[in-house]
Amino acid sequence: MNETIGIGFIVLGLLFDFFGCVGLVRLPDVYNRLQAAAKCVTLGTCGILFGLFLCKGFGATGIKALLCLSFVLLTAPVSAHALARASFRAGVKPCEGTVVDDYMKDLEPKNIN
Amino acid sequence: MNARILRWIVGVALAGAVGVGIFYLGMPSLLEWQSKFLARAFWWLLFCAALALFRVLKGPTAADRAVAVDMLGILIIGLCAVLSLATGRDWYIDIAIAWALQSFIGILALAKYLEGKDFDE
Repeated sequence: MNETIGIGFIVLGLLFDFFGCVGLVRLPDVYNRLQAAAKCVTLGTCGILFGLFLCKGFGATGIKALLCLSFVLLTAPVSAHALARASFRAGVKPCEGTVVDDYMKDLEPKNIN
Repeated sequence: MNARILRWIVGVALAGAVGVGIFYLGMPSLLEWQSKFLARAFWWLLFCAALALFRVLKGPTAADRAVAVDMLGILIIGLCAVLSLATGRDWYIDIAIAWALQSFIGILALAKYLEGKDFDE
């Protein structure tokens, strides 16, 4: 029973990984690609790791999978945020259909080094 | 407009061909696979990594390549988890933990470099 639910979680994670990578290829902009890919790939990998935990149980491998899951959940949004901020400050423009750009309005010229 | 429809047709045909190929592909013989589903999951994750590598190859700016490398690192963590379940060797999950730590530090350093600052600020 546990293995069946774990395989279901792995299938869900594989689907989310695929959709994240399709968004990484198809979308027109750095920020759109980051928005699509970071969340989808993080959730997909966490689904795969949780499925591994459900298949293996409370052994050494399952506890390591839970540890890796918590670490991915903590670090992937931080790295995505750092990449978005760095690419904005490096001067990458948003695509043409962008409606609102509040960060450019907030960014004083004295703050840009 | 016609070029757009042609690109859609080529992309859908390519994805369908890869899907059919993954469904009929056998298990690679260099490992002892536990089930056929996990071998298909392995090939599926390799296909997703190939999509991310396509973005690394094609990205117009350096920020695109950095984003694609970040996603590739997170995908490889999932690939190590699938390999750990598929082959019965438990040390693949150790590789996943080490890869998560190293990828996080590397992406932070890459973001600092993109921003144009020194490393000690």
